Amino acid sequence: MAETGEGKKEEADYKRLHSFPLIRHTDMAEEMRVETMELCVTACEKFATNNESAAKMIKESMDKKFGSSWHVVIGEGFGFEVTHEVKNLLYMFFGGSLAVCVWKCS
Amino acid sequence: MVTVVHTLLEKKEGVDQGDGWDEWAQGKALIKPPDQLELTEEELKEEFTKILTANNPHAPQNIARYSFKERSYKPISSVDQMAVHFVLEGNLIHVDSEEARRQRARQDQTDGKHWDWTFKLFPEKPAAEAEAEPDEEIPENPKEQKVTNQFNFSERASQTLNNPLRERSCQTEPPPRCNFSATANQWVIYDAYLEELEKQEKNKDKQKTFSAKKEEDKLKKNKMSDDVTKVVKVVKIFERMVNQNTFDDIAQDFKYFEDASDEFREQEGTLLPLWKFQYDKAKRLSVTALCWNKSYQDLFAVGMGSYDFSKQGHGMLLLYTLKNSTCPEFVYPTSSGIMCLHIHDRLSHLVAVGFYDGCVAVFDLKAEEGGAAQPAFKSTAKAGKHTDPVWQVRWQNDDMDNNHNFYSISSDGRVVSWTLIKNELVFSDVIKLSLEGALPECLEVVEQPTCGTSFDFHPKIDFLFLVGTEEGKIHKCSKAYSSQFLETYQAHNMAVDAVKWNQFHPKVFLSCSSDWTVKIWDHTIRTPMFTFDLNSAVGDVAWSPYSSTVFAAVTTDGKVHVFDLSINKYEAICQQPVVAKKKTKLTHIEFNPIHPIIVVGDDRGYVTCFKLSPNLRKKPKEKKGQEVPKGPEVEEAKMEKLLSLLRDKHKT
Repeated sequence: MAETGEGKKEEADYKRLHSFPLIRHTDMAEEMRVETMELCVTACEKFATNNESAAKMIKESMDKKFGSSWHVVIGEGFGFEVTHEVKNLLYMFFGGSLAVCVWKCS
Repeated sequence: MVTVVHTLLEKKEGVDQGDGWDEWAQGKALIKPPDQLELTEEELKEEFTKILTANNPHAPQNIARYSFKERSYKPISSVDQMAVHFVLEGNLIHVDSEEARRQRARQDQTDGKHWDWTFKLFPEKPAAEAEAEPDEEIPENPKEQKVTNQFNFSERASQTLNNPLRERSCQTEPPPRCNFSATANQWVIYDAYLEELEKQEKNKDKQKTFSAKKEEDKLKKNKMSDDVTKVVKVVKIFERMVNQNTFDDIAQDFKYFEDASDEFREQEGTLLPLWKFQYDKAKRLSVTALCWNKSYQDLFAVGMGSYDFSKQGHGMLLLYTLKNSTCPEFVYPTSSGIMCLHIHDRLSHLVAVGFYDGCVAVFDLKAEEGGAAQPAFKSTAKAGKHTDPVWQVRWQNDDMDNNHNFYSISSDGRVVSWTLIKNELVFSDVIKLSLEGALPECLEVVEQPTCGTSFDFHPKIDFLFLVGTEEGKIHKCSKAYSSQFLETYQAHNMAVDAVKWNQFHPKVFLSCSSDWTVKIWDHTIRTPMFTFDLNSAVGDVAWSPYSSTVFAAVTTDGKVHVFDLSINKYEAICQQPVVAKKKTKLTHIEFNPIHPIIVVGDDRGYVTCFKLSPNLRKKPKEKKGQEVPKGPEVEEAKMEKLLSLLRDKHKT
């Protein structure tokens, strides 16, 4: 019983510790990157249970701000291979278990 | 085809349209005619269907005509169903038709005026000019008349030149693309986060040490925020270059000149003047101390002060380098005149200085520029400073605690050892010099401190040192014994200005005094080996570092005397006046450790550098075939040979 209790505590700790947004790979410009990262964080926090809505929010905001044809994938386990316009890709982790990939390709 | 349901109200035979018409036109009221059929109700209600078609009932249903072409009768496909009921020929003709024109023409011939008038009513054109035209037109072309409409505007149109059309198209390059692939799994995410956390921790640690370092750097940098200091190094190199160019001939002489005339002068040598060092701010001071730096052999220290009791003022510590004779490398002004100085043998950034007011100080040449004016260590009245001028300071080897220490001797009769412990100078009296045997008959031995004027430590035997006093005695002392001397020599009649151990021979030392003499001693024998009279008070004497038998002395009459005992035991092999003004007294002399040059200081604040001619640096002639002996042992042996001769003489 104590072990499972501890296990849960550890999990919670780990989630807390690891919940900061961690950019894994990007080739965006500084400003764009910061803005996109903040947007992703906001969206994921807002739609914590629904990845689709979060992705939708991100995609629409990106389209408005930076031009058409953005693609967004949010999930906990997936592999991908995409073609993206240079300097328009952001791949980041968030919340300890979510991965977000945002890229532009018209 | 019209299908009419014709209820049999009145049955008529044949199709006589004329009667039928009458029926429809008149009748609403039912008037039974006399010949009305009597029918039953059923028969009355019987419905008869009549179908009306557009076919002409009189027209034949099929007509066949003989075709001459085919030589047979052929049925005509469509039969003309038209039945003409009435024709009336009219007598109107169109205005514009041929017949009308002909008629008009006939009419014109009969009455022409009549037509003019009608034309004016109906002008062809709306414009004013147009009215004139029909008049013109008519007589010109009376046959062709146009009846115009007053609203009939004539069309005017023109076609501009249309530019030819050309197709142009352009295709922009699509924005560059590239591929990217990755996998997002729970473990990948976890690993990434762990890495990031580790990095952050490392950065924090680094930053702590970094910030500490940065503060230090900042402090240093703040002092050197002046732009000029950034160019210091470059400027220094430039200065050296300029100096080298200015004093190029001197530099060449220093390096390469060998007095060729020495070959002709067998036992004499000369001193070639090289650089002259002077400093503006030290003009009124005399050179009171000279010392070469052991590690940087072109650097030497000059102590400036005054020997004159009545003219005491400030002093200076200057460090010159041979590479720059115009300006000293380091300048330390002091409040009291410097009387002596010594540079540490190994740590050549430490300079021990003794002052006229009895203080001693240690300057650290490495210290930062801003605070370098102050000595790193200075003795204070509380901490055992001398009460009289300090005549000599000497560095010693580090003591057992690895602290640096040096000795000083002063006119107050004390030989004091100073140790640098952390930031302080700690003193300890070594010996108190007292007048011995002055009044032997007196019961009370009057212990009067005598003034020590010079001392020197044995180069090999650490604890042994010599002290020269103002009465002219030289005491041989040991560090171990603080009250007694090992030996006392009745050396001179006046104050002993300098005592110097021989660099090679362990027993020989040199002393000079204001009684015009220079004496060479063997410390085991109480009488001097050699005595030289120089006709003038001797300020300083120094052994040469390259030969055990060569030494130089400076006198107050401005001459430098160089002796080589192996060549000439009685006279100097070189006696040269070196100053322009005769009144200048030479105060100190020092040999350079490696170069064949000497520096001489005088009481006007100048330091002059001389090069020794080859004769002065002679090594003993080797016999042919023998190996050339080198090294200090040779020097020692040389000296020993000389001394043994003398000893024999003494014995005999």
